Amino acid sequence: MHSKYIIVGSSHAALEAATAIRLIDAEGALTLLTRDAHLPYSPTILPYLVSGRARPDKVVLRGQNYFRDNAIAYVPGAAAVSLDPALESLRLESGETWRYDRLLIATGAAPALPPVRGLDDVPFHVLRSMDDAVDLRQAIGQARSAIVLGAGLIGMHAAENMAKAGVAVSVVELQPHVLSGYFEPRASAIIERSFARNGVRLVLGQSLASVERRGEGCLATLADGKTIAADLLLVCTGVKPNIGFLDGSGLEVDAGILVDDWMRTSLPNIWAAGDVAQARGFWGGKVVNGILPNAVEQGRIAGLGMAGDAGVKPFPGAVPLNTYSFFGQQAISVGRGRGHAGAGCQIEIEESGDEAVYRRIVLEDGRLAGIATINDFVDAGIMWQLILRRTDLSPVKAAFIADPRRVGRQLMSQIWR
Amino acid sequence: MGKCFSTLQFHASRCDGCGDCMTACAQAKADTDDPAYARIRILPKTESGGVELALCRQCADPVCVMNCPSGALSKNGDSGVIDWAEGKCVNCLLCTAGCAYAGIVYEEAVGHVTKCDLCGGDPACVKACPNEALEYRTAARIFNDYADKEDMFCRGLAACHGCNSELLIRHTMRMVGPDSVVAAPPGCIPGMGTVGYNGQTGAKVPIFHSLLTNTATMLAGVKMQYNRVGRNVTAIALAGDGGTSDAGFQSVSGAAERNDPILFICVDNEGYMNTGMQSSGVTPYGSWTSTTPVGGRMQGKHTEAKNLPVIMAMHNCSYVATASTAFLEDYYAKLEKAIEVAKTGMAYLHVYAPCPTGWRFPSGMTTQVCRMQVRTNFIALWEYDPGNGLRFTHPVNRPEPVAEYLKLVGKYRHLSEEQVAHIQHTVDAKIAYLQQLTQMAASRGP
Repeated sequence: MHSKYIIVGSSHAALEAATAIRLIDAEGALTLLTRDAHLPYSPTILPYLVSGRARPDKVVLRGQNYFRDNAIAYVPGAAAVSLDPALESLRLESGETWRYDRLLIATGAAPALPPVRGLDDVPFHVLRSMDDAVDLRQAIGQARSAIVLGAGLIGMHAAENMAKAGVAVSVVELQPHVLSGYFEPRASAIIERSFARNGVRLVLGQSLASVERRGEGCLATLADGKTIAADLLLVCTGVKPNIGFLDGSGLEVDAGILVDDWMRTSLPNIWAAGDVAQARGFWGGKVVNGILPNAVEQGRIAGLGMAGDAGVKPFPGAVPLNTYSFFGQQAISVGRGRGHAGAGCQIEIEESGDEAVYRRIVLEDGRLAGIATINDFVDAGIMWQLILRRTDLSPVKAAFIADPRRVGRQLMSQIWR
Repeated sequence: MGKCFSTLQFHASRCDGCGDCMTACAQAKADTDDPAYARIRILPKTESGGVELALCRQCADPVCVMNCPSGALSKNGDSGVIDWAEGKCVNCLLCTAGCAYAGIVYEEAVGHVTKCDLCGGDPACVKACPNEALEYRTAARIFNDYADKEDMFCRGLAACHGCNSELLIRHTMRMVGPDSVVAAPPGCIPGMGTVGYNGQTGAKVPIFHSLLTNTATMLAGVKMQYNRVGRNVTAIALAGDGGTSDAGFQSVSGAAERNDPILFICVDNEGYMNTGMQSSGVTPYGSWTSTTPVGGRMQGKHTEAKNLPVIMAMHNCSYVATASTAFLEDYYAKLEKAIEVAKTGMAYLHVYAPCPTGWRFPSGMTTQVCRMQVRTNFIALWEYDPGNGLRFTHPVNRPEPVAEYLKLVGKYRHLSEEQVAHIQHTVDAKIAYLQQLTQMAASRGP
């Protein structure tokens, strides 16, 4: 089989790349190969499928009509197992071989499993695919107790869902605070209090030493020797890029596939975007920034490049970003929570709030480096722009710190005018 | 071809920050006065003095839609609005991370994200604004309806840089279409090549080069012959102001008096620009022209322009209107009526056509000059028919001083303060006179 453009994957990076290619090239054969059996959906929606707020048939991002109208071949159930760059071909699990002129790898990430003794021998859940979500929802319906391993976004979302479903939940996290990748301790504490009030048991600063089977469920032993028994074990200890099928291809990889600012890999005619790619970090280095808006932007850049658009702009660099809802409350984090260590720039940190409301603003040389809020809405898109544009906030610093939402909107309105 | 959409325009300079738009929006969307529910957000003045705005731009490449993991946001192909489906939204706020305008935001009181939906094409905020700072622009209709229609003139017409007459005739004939016959008396329009050179024609429809003096009567005769052979065509004259107001006037006046079934368009550039910028009967007071020079004895034209469109209305022919190429929607509406009217009676359109070459302003400024003619009331946009009388189609209730218009145009550069004051007085008197005519129409009733 041959297709001018082949995109491996079917989530945000893949879909935006397909849209971008069709903006420039309306006719070149375009094929999406995806391991998943379903029409495209977002991994971000999975916790909402678990809670029942969203339904599997209602979260399709592109229907068959879209693919037909845009002359895109959508091939589900097609897992790539190897890449041969010399022959410009991909081999699928089915044995089928696909040749490409231009290839985008947007295979995303898969759950990273921790080295816990006995994990291989107990039934446990992960949450990365629609099938995972359907299984988990069903399991929650039958469980009375659960252990969630890992207090990241997916783990916290799932723990909340389980608590609301009446399940006794324990969250076990190695770090001393929840969501420590996004929030400083004082902010995490607000989230932690909210979970505790809703009956979720948080076991923080503890690693899991071992798990063993107990009937249909499991018995977990913590590093300090205490044990927790549960009907259901959910492992949410992060993700790792899906790059196993690239072994032997010669493609340069580190934590993910290394790409330049146009999402080109080390080999000709191969691009990578989204959670699988390791691209420029806004503050230097190359990072895997597994967030949805990042996948959208990278997918678009890759697609325009693949179609040969001369006007494509380079990737400005990854900025961490997160919007998180918990028990009807909102937490937002854009940029970084600490200043740039040792760079010789002036760092100012303004932290304010009380038991329920929180705001932290990090300025570097008068420019926004990060902002995090809880129950204090700020426009994440505007804050992101202020960071990317390195907008000088010194003339409005006091006003910005007092009311970042209003001043941010004013600044952007002025910039657009 | 792609589609264009109507849009909200914000004139920051006219906004005083009163917030009536926000109240109107909150009422329309949530039946409350609480501005938290408003989807348009006027931001108070900043240190630099301007009022700022946060509002959904209904982007063509909407990042909020791309960022939505639940399929709750989508670009509506018919209206152009970014639609939000409440039933699909999971309130993850990732859309807000994609928006650099604060066009989709979360408010705690509301409990979910909200964004402007243009009220289905009739925005409440626009109606509530006391200062005309918000405008609902619907000119996209012109592109959607006419962009695919055939241009009835050839490429490469040799009009001057910045000439809006070429723009005007191409727009006009797109709508009039191929079933037409065109009369073009001496002037810029034939001069730029519409009637052709060396036996080649510049138009894709029958076009003839009438005399200055006989355009309207000759066209009426041609139309009569088409009627006689059973062909329904639009007989249209594309004439200058010289061919209409001076040498051409007796035939235009006669056709109007007989209500001959023709569409006569006067493209008024206030003089004989094609032959060396001589003055005509509609050249305004104070204008420099080659026959009204500026020197020791004269300071430009010392007589007033006659108000030709009003004179034409006084003939009681079927339809008379004025137009400006800076207000194309207004023009299109009038042209649609005129084409229909010209099947049975005379339609006269008087289109103002500032001339960069003859009036001495930069060729990139034509549309701005057109716009300022209207904003200062130097010209008024109105229409007339015998049944309904005269009515303004784009009333300018708070006009800018006419000096703001005059200073854009080189032919007025020499004007003294007294002359400017005189012109302002003339403009005020002309508007007052037109207002009396509109009141007469109103008092006459339907």
